[in-house]
Amino acid sequence: MAIEAQNARTTEPVLQLHGINKTFGAIQALRNVDFEVYPGEVVGLVGDNGAGKSTLIKIIAGVYTSDAGDYIVDGKKVTVTRPQDATKLGIETVYQDLALCDNLDVVSNLFLGREEASRFPFFLRFLEQNDMEKRTQDVLRQLDVKIRSVRAPVASLSGGQRQSIAVAKTILRNAKVVLLDEPTAALGVPQTRQVLNLIRRLRSQGLGVVVISHNLADVFDVVDRVVVMRLGRRVASFDIKSTTTEQVVAAITGAEFGDKTNGQGADAAEIAEEVH
Amino acid sequence: MSTDVTSSTPPTPVAAKTDGGFSINSLLQRDLGQLPVLAALVLMAIYFNVSSDGLFLGSRNLSNLVLQSTVNATVALAAVMVLLIGEIDLSLAVVANLAGAVMVTLSVYHGFSAVAAIIAGLAVGALVGLINGLLVAVVRVPSFIVTLAALLGYTGLLQHLLLPQTTIRLVDANLTGIAANYLPDWLGYGLPILGILGYAAYAIFDYLRRRQLTLTTIPLWQLVVNIGVVALLSGLALYQFTSYLGVPISTVIVLGLIIVFWVVMRFTTFGRYVYAVGGSAEAARRSGINVSRIRVMIFVLASSLAAVAGILESSRTISASAQVSPTLLLEAIAAAVIGGVSLFGGRGSVWGVLVGSLVIGSLINGLILQGRTSDIQYMVEGLVLLLAVVVDALLRRRSAVVGR
Repeated sequence: MAIEAQNARTTEPVLQLHGINKTFGAIQALRNVDFEVYPGEVVGLVGDNGAGKSTLIKIIAGVYTSDAGDYIVDGKKVTVTRPQDATKLGIETVYQDLALCDNLDVVSNLFLGREEASRFPFFLRFLEQNDMEKRTQDVLRQLDVKIRSVRAPVASLSGGQRQSIAVAKTILRNAKVVLLDEPTAALGVPQTRQVLNLIRRLRSQGLGVVVISHNLADVFDVVDRVVVMRLGRRVASFDIKSTTTEQVVAAITGAEFGDKTNGQGADAAEIAEEVH
Repeated sequence: MSTDVTSSTPPTPVAAKTDGGFSINSLLQRDLGQLPVLAALVLMAIYFNVSSDGLFLGSRNLSNLVLQSTVNATVALAAVMVLLIGEIDLSLAVVANLAGAVMVTLSVYHGFSAVAAIIAGLAVGALVGLINGLLVAVVRVPSFIVTLAALLGYTGLLQHLLLPQTTIRLVDANLTGIAANYLPDWLGYGLPILGILGYAAYAIFDYLRRRQLTLTTIPLWQLVVNIGVVALLSGLALYQFTSYLGVPISTVIVLGLIIVFWVVMRFTTFGRYVYAVGGSAEAARRSGINVSRIRVMIFVLASSLAAVAGILESSRTISASAQVSPTLLLEAIAAAVIGGVSLFGGRGSVWGVLVGSLVIGSLINGLILQGRTSDIQYMVEGLVLLLAVVVDALLRRRSAVVGR
């Protein structure tokens, strides 16, 4: 049974984690986890609550530091101890709460913290508002995001549009990998379609995209590969084209491997390791 | 009306219905925020003018009204700064008096020159703001409590400083002249003309730049109208002043401060960060903005502005007093709110200060002209503040629905 999909790729991963371990006190949140994203690939990261998805994402984003393991970007080993480190390497995370300023317009939000501005005679920096508006239109067009007015406050936009703005913000920062935390949670059907379309756009731009989601339908709709976490281990990686929902659910719950160890499911992960 | 993208639509240009960069319309929406208040101001002016047989809109009364409003407007400007980041500063009025007292004491008892005394007054304001700001931004004590403590503490310090008196008379003619003197004619006419030309140059440059970038622009006629309206308003104000005694220096200072702060808040990264912190401090922090620094700077700016107000007040009353006006702070906050500034941060414009202060100033002035005493004044003021907030809340709720 092929649990690990063979990545018949010639390129190297844009982001790779190897042998990641993380403990919080007595709890081992991650055990020897590997993870990789290739350029132009959408990876779904799924698993039950407490499986270690969030911990893994936070380590990638630089919010947590791993106890052991390698963090490799473009084949080079790097050290990421702060969110700024990840951002500098082009690894951007879009959290569920999006972190937008509702009172500011689309342009202001996109460029927040990295405005194009000129140094005037004084210590003040004057905004290049028109240039930023132009670039906003370009980026939104590139991502096929339609917004009535880029000067409208973000509060007046729909959930899908807000998600798009949050993602476009990462594009402006020249992201190589975009991590999306539950991007379709709390969205309606057309909104969800809009966001999935956006993810495909990111892929076609050659970015690596990681989608954390509870919604398997969305995952199957958009990802190329799905990585399953269970009880702090990576238990499987499926190529989406040759996989059924049942297989993924089985990997998430551990049902496929039975429960020989009183529900701990440890050996299931070991089986996965062997196949890997 | 759905603007959502469906996956089947081919890539098309972003809907180009972005509003023009700068228009009277956007000025009203974004910077003045509310036509209702302007309309109310006009109605009020007409009512008071009729009931006072034309006294109210006489150039002498209007000049007095503006002079009386300068201190309130400056404190209101300070209040707006703090309100924009969603904080409050209860110590502004006390700091104003304290700065005035420091200036007067140094000038009268220690032989400081006018300039040195003013700088010392401003420095006291900045220092108070720094302490408040650090306590709020770094120690994370709620600003209400920090500035309440400051209000109490500096009230005591103010009284202590002026002991054994409760008022000191200011004698330095340079200092009393700030409120009493008027600009020489060449400056009185020159500054507004310079202002109009500056605005016109900016508006035309902005228009051409947007054309060059193929962004949507306002129609050419509207550009002309915009410049015309600004020139007309400035001309009217100038005519009104010059037909009495001229342009008061204190008015120029306050108007200058409003314009400078508007430019900073609207056109610089600092202003953008202030609105961002007021909108969502967490989003601002994640975008790499040093939120604590912005908070500290705002408190320093607000207290420094309060110090300016105190200096103007000392100049106007030719004294420093241990007695802090019980209404100064509250009327300043009222002016800010009437001017459309949200108490929850991130919404409102510096121009609201002008509108709000004129509403408050006109009310008091008009009621005094009618021979009403302070009991009636306070009740009407309270009612108007409430009315302004209610109308604002109703309009906001409607626009929130329409905005979708």
